[in-house]
Amino acid sequence: MKVILAGSGKILYYLARQFSRRGVDVRVVAPSEDEARELSRRTGATVLAGDATDPRVLLEAGAWRAHTVLALLPNDEDNLAICQIAGRMYRVPRTIALVNDPENEEVFQRFQVTTAISATRILSLIIEEQAGFEEIARMMAVGDGSVSVSEVLLREDAPAVGLPLKKLTLPEEALLGGIIRGDRVMIPKGGTHLQAGDRLILIAARASLETALRLLTGEESS
Amino acid sequence: MTKKGSSSVVIVGCGRLGALLAGELSREGARVVVVDRVEAAFAQLDAGFSGFRVTGDAVEQRVLHLANLERADCLMATTEKDTVNLMVAQVAKTVFAVPRVLARVYDPAREEMYRTLGVETISPTRLSAGEFMRRFAGEERRS
Repeated sequence: MKVILAGSGKILYYLARQFSRRGVDVRVVAPSEDEARELSRRTGATVLAGDATDPRVLLEAGAWRAHTVLALLPNDEDNLAICQIAGRMYRVPRTIALVNDPENEEVFQRFQVTTAISATRILSLIIEEQAGFEEIARMMAVGDGSVSVSEVLLREDAPAVGLPLKKLTLPEEALLGGIIRGDRVMIPKGGTHLQAGDRLILIAARASLETALRLLTGEESS
Repeated sequence: MTKKGSSSVVIVGCGRLGALLAGELSREGARVVVVDRVEAAFAQLDAGFSGFRVTGDAVEQRVLHLANLERADCLMATTEKDTVNLMVAQVAKTVFAVPRVLARVYDPAREEMYRTLGVETISPTRLSAGEFMRRFAGEERRS
């Protein structure tokens, strides 16, 4: 698989480094000679200096043989141009663009950019999700923080509602320590059915917490 | 455009070309809105200009809404940057359904491809080259 990275700054450096380490055949296009030299020295990747929105520069970077082009410049218009030139002129099957204005995300898709990623939108989604995460109150971390004990509220639409515990396949390093229903505390048994409004005491290792939460509440952890 | 008098035109980029077009269209009675990222650029507009000015980056749809693009008969993208002109032209066509869209594109290598995307382009490079060639041929005939 051959990948062309066109961009600048830190994001270009880290992606070039990551792809090179994984042994991906990567070509990098950086805007200036200085940046190109520096990137090539630090990542070992083949780096070209030039304006990636210029069809000749993409051609020189081997666009005809590329499987994917990533456009990571700070201006939306440049990233759109790179993707359109790659897709239309050089038939690159997959084009990925970084979008600054979230409103442009949909437009890019209409203009046949395979994937448009808006960092602004992703970050605001994460913040909104976290705000809506009232059902989970992390109570404490134990064992140098590698294990957490959380209180999880089951909402009506949670996938675990109505299930007997034995049907619930929690990951290996997660277990339910107790169920608080009204003002009673129940010891979980295989035949216990979960109900909306139950508060579950979840004990989980860090690696299993996310899977367990998703299984119980249906929501992505953040 | 035959009935310039009643038409409404949005011009993106208030450089020498944009300002010149804005003045001429204004004098012909068209309703003109000029958009530029930099407020100081509007100083280039001449006294004959009677339209509106919108400060903002036309690559943002929000700015194009402010310029009332959905009601325009024509958009002219005249900034110094090809990629801006080409993106704005495509957005005007597909999102705002503007009937006539014209974009200045300096690089003839890019122009070709955008024509296949249905963007009407004007290349100063190509126009000047044509003019040079035409005059050169004229000289040859004269001598």
